[in-house]
Amino acid sequence: MSIFTKYEPLARSLAAVTNGGGRNPFSVVIDHPVSSTVGVIEGRETLLFGTNNYLGLSQSEAAIDAAIGTVRTHGVGTTGSRIANGTQGLHRQLEERIAAFFRRRHCMVFSTGYQANLGMISALAGKDDYLLLDADSHASIYDGSRLSQAQVIRFRHNDPEDLHKRLRRLDGTPGAKLIVVEGIYSMMGDVVPMAEFAAVKRETGAWLLADEAHSVGVMGEHGRGVAEACGVEDDVDFVVGTFSKSLGTVGGYCVSDQDGLDLIRLCSRPYMFTASLPPDVIAATMAALSELERRPELRHRLMDNAQRLHAGLNAIGLRTGPQASPVVSVVLDEVAQAVQFWNRLLDLGVYVNLSLPPATPDQHPLLRTSVMATHDAAQIDQAIEIFATVAREMGAGR
Amino acid sequence: MSETVADVSALIIQTLLANPKVPRDISGSSKIVEDLAFDSLAVMNFVMEIEDSLDVSVPLDRLADIRTIDDLANCIVSLKQGD
Repeated sequence: MSIFTKYEPLARSLAAVTNGGGRNPFSVVIDHPVSSTVGVIEGRETLLFGTNNYLGLSQSEAAIDAAIGTVRTHGVGTTGSRIANGTQGLHRQLEERIAAFFRRRHCMVFSTGYQANLGMISALAGKDDYLLLDADSHASIYDGSRLSQAQVIRFRHNDPEDLHKRLRRLDGTPGAKLIVVEGIYSMMGDVVPMAEFAAVKRETGAWLLADEAHSVGVMGEHGRGVAEACGVEDDVDFVVGTFSKSLGTVGGYCVSDQDGLDLIRLCSRPYMFTASLPPDVIAATMAALSELERRPELRHRLMDNAQRLHAGLNAIGLRTGPQASPVVSVVLDEVAQAVQFWNRLLDLGVYVNLSLPPATPDQHPLLRTSVMATHDAAQIDQAIEIFATVAREMGAGR
Repeated sequence: MSETVADVSALIIQTLLANPKVPRDISGSSKIVEDLAFDSLAVMNFVMEIEDSLDVSVPLDRLADIRTIDDLANCIVSLKQGD
């Protein structure tokens, strides 16, 4: 028996996706980017509508210049963990910049956004504590909960009342209760009702961690996310985020006013046992953050573009989530239909993400799009037109 | 607070049979993943329904040890008894 025998069902699922002659949707190669909105795929210039590069800052001139300059002065890597030789002055500087941006006292920077959730959740919740997770939480949150050894309880997606009910069942139980929500959910682009969750947190004495990976740089007057937009930042004890979406680089962070955060550096395994961010990434991230702060118009343009894409896809009869946000997902019924739809979009020059159950809510396959501030109206209209063409070919939509 | 394992097992089966995709011949010894063809997410969502019916929360780590409908019923009864 092969060590891979247990993956035979997975192999059959993959074969079912590709056996009509279609591509493997998990092995798409962007040969190279032409701009933030266009990449070369299969030798053709293709509109990118699935990169999470919300402000287009992966191609920021200021960030590129900062990275190049820093590579010359600092080299290409740190070769070490944050708790050994991997903390340079730049790491501290970045942490101070991120803390100042969020108006928080403390910041910890991780090497990826995944590790930020893994490292914070696993370290904050001990084996005698309770983690209360939104049912549609990202894999990094579920994985962090497994690493934590805490008791893990799911509540219904975006449902503060359901959370309240589950916290009530824990009345009188010893141990800290840590609620984990996301600002914008990555599959459907729906926004958390943060003020209502904050109210439950206040009433029950629980702690609240918000993963604002998809909402920082996107929501709030200053781009600090949904908690800022809802006016409840003081109720959020820990904000986790990533550099790999609106800031266009890679890395993750947690900010908090809790002085205990410094102790987490000494017990969070995903922080301690991995190499720290390379200096050029830090320089690029700080330059991108300055651009995010300096150019609020990027956020406004992003939301205008989100409205345009959301309205356009609905107008051609496709089903999307109810809210226009930078993630707009088209919901289909059958996996085979979604695979064919996704292949035809790419044939015609639009790249989106194909998301399949069980990674999606409600067992529906999704054509997940993400929009950017740097898309122009013509690109969005062209993408909608291509969606309409494929929908007509397939008898989907109206 | 006085549900027996048999009561809870019957409630679970009744809840499962409301889903037309579930085989009609399930019993307490049916395996949730293998016999019902539930994936990990479907199991968690189904357990959430049962939790609400019985006003109990089943921590996710407990699910790892549950194979059959009776296993789940046993787990819920012990949680309700304050284990």
